[in-house]
Amino acid sequence: MSERVAVRKTYKLFIGGKFPRSESGRSYLVQDANVSLASRKDARDAVVAARAAVKGWAGATAYNRGQILYRVAEMLEGRREQFVALGVPADEVDAATDRWVWYAGWSDKLPQVYGGANPVAGPYFNLSAPEPTGVVAVVAPEQPALLGLVSVIAPAIVTGNTVVVAASPSAPLAAVTLAEVLATSDLPGGVVNILTGKITETAPALAAHMDVNAIDLTGVTEAELAADLEVKAAQNLKRVLRPAPADHDWTADPGITRMTTLLETKTVWHPKGV
Amino acid sequence: MTATTTSARSDLSELGRSETALRTFLHGLPGVDQVGAEQRAAQLGTRSIKTTAKAQAIDLAIRMVDLTTLEGADTPGKVRALAAKALRPDPADPSCPHVGAVCVYPAMVPYVAEVLRGSGVHLASVATAFPSGQAPLEVKLADTRAAVEAGADEIDMVINRGAFLAGRYQEVYDEIVAIKEACGSADGGRQGRPAAHLKVILETGELATYDNVRRASWLAMLAGGDFIKTSTGKVPVAATLPVTLVMLEAVRDFRAATGRQVGVKPAGGIKTTKDAIRYLVMVNETVGADWLDPDWFRFGASSLLNDLLMQRTKLTTGVYSGPDYFTLD
Amino acid sequence: MFEYAPAPESRSVVDLKPSYGLFIDGRFVDPTDGGSFKSINPASEEVLAEIAEGGGQDVERAVRAARTAYDKVWGPMPGRDRAKYLFRIARIIQERSRELAVLESLDNGKPIKESRDVDLPLVAAHFFYYAGWADKLEHAGFGPDPKPLGVAAQVIPWNFPLLMLAWKIAPALAAGNTVVLKPAETTPLTALLFAEICQQADLPAGVVNIVTGAGDTGRALVEHPGVDKVAFTGSTEVGRAIARAVAGTRKKLTLELGGKAANIVFDDAPVDQAVEGIVNGIFFNQGHVCCAGSRLLVQESVADRVLESLKRRMARLRVGDPLDKNTDIGAINSAAQLARIRELSDAGSAEGAERWSPACELPERGFWFAPTIFTGVTQAHRIAREEIFGPVLSVLTFRTPAEAVEKANNTPYGLSAGIWTDKGSRILWTADRLRAGVVWANTFNKFDPTSPFGGYKESGYGREGGRHGLEGYLNV
Repeated sequence: MSERVAVRKTYKLFIGGKFPRSESGRSYLVQDANVSLASRKDARDAVVAARAAVKGWAGATAYNRGQILYRVAEMLEGRREQFVALGVPADEVDAATDRWVWYAGWSDKLPQVYGGANPVAGPYFNLSAPEPTGVVAVVAPEQPALLGLVSVIAPAIVTGNTVVVAASPSAPLAAVTLAEVLATSDLPGGVVNILTGKITETAPALAAHMDVNAIDLTGVTEAELAADLEVKAAQNLKRVLRPAPADHDWTADPGITRMTTLLETKTVWHPKGV
Repeated sequence: MTATTTSARSDLSELGRSETALRTFLHGLPGVDQVGAEQRAAQLGTRSIKTTAKAQAIDLAIRMVDLTTLEGADTPGKVRALAAKALRPDPADPSCPHVGAVCVYPAMVPYVAEVLRGSGVHLASVATAFPSGQAPLEVKLADTRAAVEAGADEIDMVINRGAFLAGRYQEVYDEIVAIKEACGSADGGRQGRPAAHLKVILETGELATYDNVRRASWLAMLAGGDFIKTSTGKVPVAATLPVTLVMLEAVRDFRAATGRQVGVKPAGGIKTTKDAIRYLVMVNETVGADWLDPDWFRFGASSLLNDLLMQRTKLTTGVYSGPDYFTLD
Repeated sequence: MFEYAPAPESRSVVDLKPSYGLFIDGRFVDPTDGGSFKSINPASEEVLAEIAEGGGQDVERAVRAARTAYDKVWGPMPGRDRAKYLFRIARIIQERSRELAVLESLDNGKPIKESRDVDLPLVAAHFFYYAGWADKLEHAGFGPDPKPLGVAAQVIPWNFPLLMLAWKIAPALAAGNTVVLKPAETTPLTALLFAEICQQADLPAGVVNIVTGAGDTGRALVEHPGVDKVAFTGSTEVGRAIARAVAGTRKKLTLELGGKAANIVFDDAPVDQAVEGIVNGIFFNQGHVCCAGSRLLVQESVADRVLESLKRRMARLRVGDPLDKNTDIGAINSAAQLARIRELSDAGSAEGAERWSPACELPERGFWFAPTIFTGVTQAHRIAREEIFGPVLSVLTFRTPAEAVEKANNTPYGLSAGIWTDKGSRILWTADRLRAGVVWANTFNKFDPTSPFGGYKESGYGREGGRHGLEGYLNV
């Protein structure tokens, strides 16, 4: 009996809940696979998809977002072996799964921790509450391919933002496979969009895009590129998360700064009277 | 300066014919935000009125005083003395104007009328079972007629707050209409003299909210009141600046809607010149010069007059005066 | 008519020196490489004082003084002692509030009733509020041991000179940073008086440094490699330039920039208070307010009634001498700002909007602009899109709540917004959808040290005020 010929997977982009090839028709060989080489136009399409998803996702209840993030953890747990097969260490998959769980719980707590009533000196009700900033462009860390990726996506979306992620160019398979997890987790299409390819091609387009509200430069390792992206981001005053230090410990408690940097605080006043 | 009115004049006379129409109209008036109204009043209170403006304001305020005594202990002697003071508030200074009116109980009207006759000082009387208004309509009407016949040319009536707070607007309305009639409009009950002016006391301290003050103001105006007045002076909360602001806005809007001008009288708790000037500033900046006249704005007060006189003397002489130099009547 | 006699506040309470140096390391010093400029009274064009213009070397000196003070004194000092200095400053501000208010009105042109009743009380309150945080930072929600950043470079605008100084310096010092602050070139005087207050409070030398000057001085300051934090309040254009300048550095940046706030009036609004709110929203401080309600969005069904009331109310505004206690609208801060207001207003007329101002006599000398409204404005007009920063209101109408929100959000700015309606659920629905950092419902232009202030989108990032205001000055 002859050995069964395996069905290979085509690794594509993840935009608006769908898996298109790059509009450019290009791919590049990495991790023994042909992976889509996203173009600036793909970045643009991803921003359109992300923007379209903002209203529904930001408008969903915190409880609902938390449930969906927890669902992602469940789906990821079920695909543990698949990631291991891609070369992701098992404990990294576990850590990534746990990170989804950790962030899932933040959805309905951060507004309490980070907002609240302010005791103004007058007859006013005054309340500050965090709100998502909108569309966030993210340069994911090169490594760890899965834990790093999850650690930048989850804090952005748990509060209601949508993201366009430039995945690790050298290890994109974890990102594309995570997209499959997300696609089966009740996450609305467009909340997470993943581009594979060269950072130098997609990130500048995202940094300069006027319909992107924030940029997370965590995965940018080259100082000059980081500065250039930050300069581009200044055009519409994007909120900026600067690159992580090279020795950043991805297993440590992430804290809340990643979430809060991508939030706006809205303060509402109203008189108290009869 | 007033902006020209672009909205068409409305005929609101039909509203009094049905409870539903009244309710719909009154509850359709724009709301009043308490904090905002109080802040506006407080802002106006910071105006600084000095020198010539202050002198002008003091004389105007004196002319606007309804010099009032409403005590169980009032006697003919007491009210005659008060009337004499109304005519010549500062005997030492003939340039001092007389007050707007003297305000007394109906029983005291004849004694005051003797003193005031032909002076130009009006004679106001509280009627309608003042201050509670808790009497049958016939009693209130008789009370009113008696005062008018004795010589009062202004009647200060109280509305039925109980009915108003219970939402029986028609009842309140009808009563005002009836009292207005008793003031002697059509029947010549005043022997050819013009009808007595009707001031409708809302007793705002019992109405509790500015929304109610606005509704009661409109109700009183719709029913034919010539003046709307804040208070009897007999409940803990009397006139305040924000209540008066809301009433001024009401008379302003009522004139814009109907073409008829209605006066405003804050009463009770206005004791100092500073207080009075704050009210005048508010009149000036809310409804304008048309109301800066004793025909359209009055102060219901007793002790205010002496403070106005003291401040007036200070402006003329440059020296602070003392209470011993002014009559206590 | 009831004409108010002049009621001028006495300026004798202010003792102006003919010239002022830079405040560096606890002393007033002459500039090393800078020149000087004059600060004038915009209501009369009279020269108030000669002011030192800090050059690059002066900035260097100031940053070095701040660094030394941070390393040696302020950084190591226990929070409870920093708190006491801030409380001391707050008290001295209260004690000298009339002097500061008069000086502010002289230098800025704002009415004395505003500098006296709004600016100064808020300045003192801001120092009081942050003083109390200095020894409680570990409870502020930023982790168990938040650290200061170091030296903060702070550049502030001319519209609320002393209040913006307070918003910058109070949280910075409470968090344990030292500062170099550059006031606006047209309004440096209260900052220099504040420097004297620091001396009076025996604040350690170098903790607060004031370097006066114009744009070049500010640029040298924010670009100085020795600063760890940049805080700027001003135009979006300059904010953008600063964001570029700090790109690629580790400097933490907070920006509070321009706005084009919508003030939305629904048909069930409490009309008289709404009109007050509209007037306060756009004519407060001559409209020199980044969060000014410069776009009135009024529901079509009540537009005529609201506009009629608004015009009647505007006719009561008293424009003139800022030191007169009865003045509602003072002088425009500078000739340059007046030119910009005129240019945009002329554009409004040219683009077909209908312009209206009440009759009002403007003084001959000084910089003045009558309160103005434009009706028939559409989203396409420049006056509906660009920040005018003057007493000019653009009036637009809407038919449905959704349309109001859509128009309100249709701007690159997102600083503030107003909602007027008696219906509670509509307030919350609307507030949820407005992309703005501060939403005033049935009120407008209210400020408080406990209440975070700052914008969405191109109105900047970071918050000033409240617990949130500490974040920009802590290493978190």
